[in-house]
Amino acid sequence: MSTSTTSAPPGTEDPPEARAAPRRGKPDPAWTGWRRALRRDWQLYSLAILPLLFFLVFRYLPMIGNVIAFRRFEPGGSIFGEEWVGLRYVQMFLSDPTFWQVFRNTLWIGGLTLLFCFPVPIVLALLLNEVRRRSLKRFVQSVSYLPHFLSIVIVAGITMQMLASDGPVNHMLGWFGHEPIRFIQEPEWFRTIYVGSEIWQTAGWGTILYLAALTTIDEDLYEAARIDGANRWQQIWHVTLPGIRPTMVTLLILNIGAFMAVGFEKVLLLYNPLTYQTADVISTYVYRSGVESNSFSYAAAIGLFEAIIGLILITSANQLSRRTVGTSLW
Amino acid sequence: MVKPSRSYRVFQGVNGVVLTLVVLVTLYPFVNILARSFSGERQIRAGEVTLLPKGFNLTTYEIVFQDAMFWRNYGNTVLYTVVATAVAMVLTTCYAYVLSKKHLKGRGLLVGIAVFTMFFTGGLIPNYILVTSLGLKNSVWAIALPNAISVFNLLVMKAFFENLPTELEEAAQIDGLSTYGILLRIVLPLSKAVVATMVLFYSVSFWNSWFSAFLYMDRTDLMPVTVYLRNLIQGATGGGNAGAGTEQLSQVGANIQSVTIVLTALPILCVYPFVQRYFVSGVMLGAVKG
Repeated sequence: MSTSTTSAPPGTEDPPEARAAPRRGKPDPAWTGWRRALRRDWQLYSLAILPLLFFLVFRYLPMIGNVIAFRRFEPGGSIFGEEWVGLRYVQMFLSDPTFWQVFRNTLWIGGLTLLFCFPVPIVLALLLNEVRRRSLKRFVQSVSYLPHFLSIVIVAGITMQMLASDGPVNHMLGWFGHEPIRFIQEPEWFRTIYVGSEIWQTAGWGTILYLAALTTIDEDLYEAARIDGANRWQQIWHVTLPGIRPTMVTLLILNIGAFMAVGFEKVLLLYNPLTYQTADVISTYVYRSGVESNSFSYAAAIGLFEAIIGLILITSANQLSRRTVGTSLW
Repeated sequence: MVKPSRSYRVFQGVNGVVLTLVVLVTLYPFVNILARSFSGERQIRAGEVTLLPKGFNLTTYEIVFQDAMFWRNYGNTVLYTVVATAVAMVLTTCYAYVLSKKHLKGRGLLVGIAVFTMFFTGGLIPNYILVTSLGLKNSVWAIALPNAISVFNLLVMKAFFENLPTELEEAAQIDGLSTYGILLRIVLPLSKAVVATMVLFYSVSFWNSWFSAFLYMDRTDLMPVTVYLRNLIQGATGGGNAGAGTEQLSQVGANIQSVTIVLTALPILCVYPFVQRYFVSGVMLGAVKG
């Protein structure tokens, strides 16, 4: 635990008054400001070195590493590629029919996720908020949080077990005299399975912020609404919903920002060649063409395209919400 | 308060029913998997297992327990979780402490460097190439280093440090303690709550992670148990490692997945009742301050 504590003989610092003393006759105030800050806080800055190195190497270097999308990369060579090839890889994927298929699939799955997974926590939070018995409310909450804590691998495993030909879902279909459905092998079922398991895993956890927002709504507002003759529904419509609107907008922006990054890991776990036609999304295609088929530059070009669309989406959602409802992330 | 109206009482009733359904739908898969893991193969295939085990037996557990690779992978998960959490805690604590010092020149820039990575990342391929060329493949560092700081956790910890009383630190400084001394001997002892929370956040996420290991570990004996489970799900591994007779193997095919799911989830399910409220308060703190 003590990587950064070894080099510090205690008590070598100047006392505070001496540090603050201004130097005489220095022309550039910005520069002396930094010099003084460094002299005073060098120990603090030294604590930031390793974390900064982390961000530099594992976060910013890969961002720059995206230039291989425009350079020919050879395994074992420079991580920035060997020579410029311009937009060759971009043209390649734009004329690749598989790319357009995975692009469509990404929009479908992202859109359905937004449509179904975003409102569910709001409704659940509103329902929980109407529960009078605290113990009951806590119990429901605790249970609904549970799936959030499990590994995505476990969620995928459970999903497959539930949908197996001998699993509970098919068993239930049997009651109605329905033939068993091979859910995992059928492309037309993939989106339903994906969104369903996503709701199962995230709905409860998603209520946390809404419930917190609900507790901050002023009781007087309800009182006033009642005096004005508002019934329960009108109170929800005119007091509760406006009260949680900032939270809703913030989470909506975040969801839109994550639109392109549709549950990559879950798709990777749940899909198979039989369901590629509806299940394969941009990120899984990037994974297969890059890591599995070694077309690194080609895959990086697609990945970059995906990241840029994601960035554009989140920035425009942010702008839009700032203009229309006055809440924004930054 | 006025007597609740009739329609509201109806609503309360409906609400109760809906929430009960939510609870049932959430819990049923767990109960079913647990029941399957103790059930006989024939009963599972016939779709008879619902809430309670049918044809109770421990054969599958015995098979999994006898599988050396399962234990090996389980041990790997423990090792990776411990190492990665330790690295993450050191780096996150250091940076969060630096960021919490409001007077620090360049603080805005340091915060920005971290926060920007929440909105734009390098992407899978450049990361993969980087980790591979650094020679981290097949080592625990491939899992620990690229995920050493979660910006969300960083902001939660920063917010906590900012709320500590500054007088104590000033007094310690006057008494001649260095910044490192203040962090180790004054700030950290006062921050047990947030440190414990962060350890939980990180260890749960490292315990649950699979994709880094899946990408960077080429050998079966280096994989964490999540990848073991993933291979089972994908049918890449049958009961091949079990070293059991054919009779047992059909048992394997039927419910070894359930047993592995139960065993992988077990540690999380055991700590879950205790960690849940820390997670909840952590999320709130992160949401308010982030």
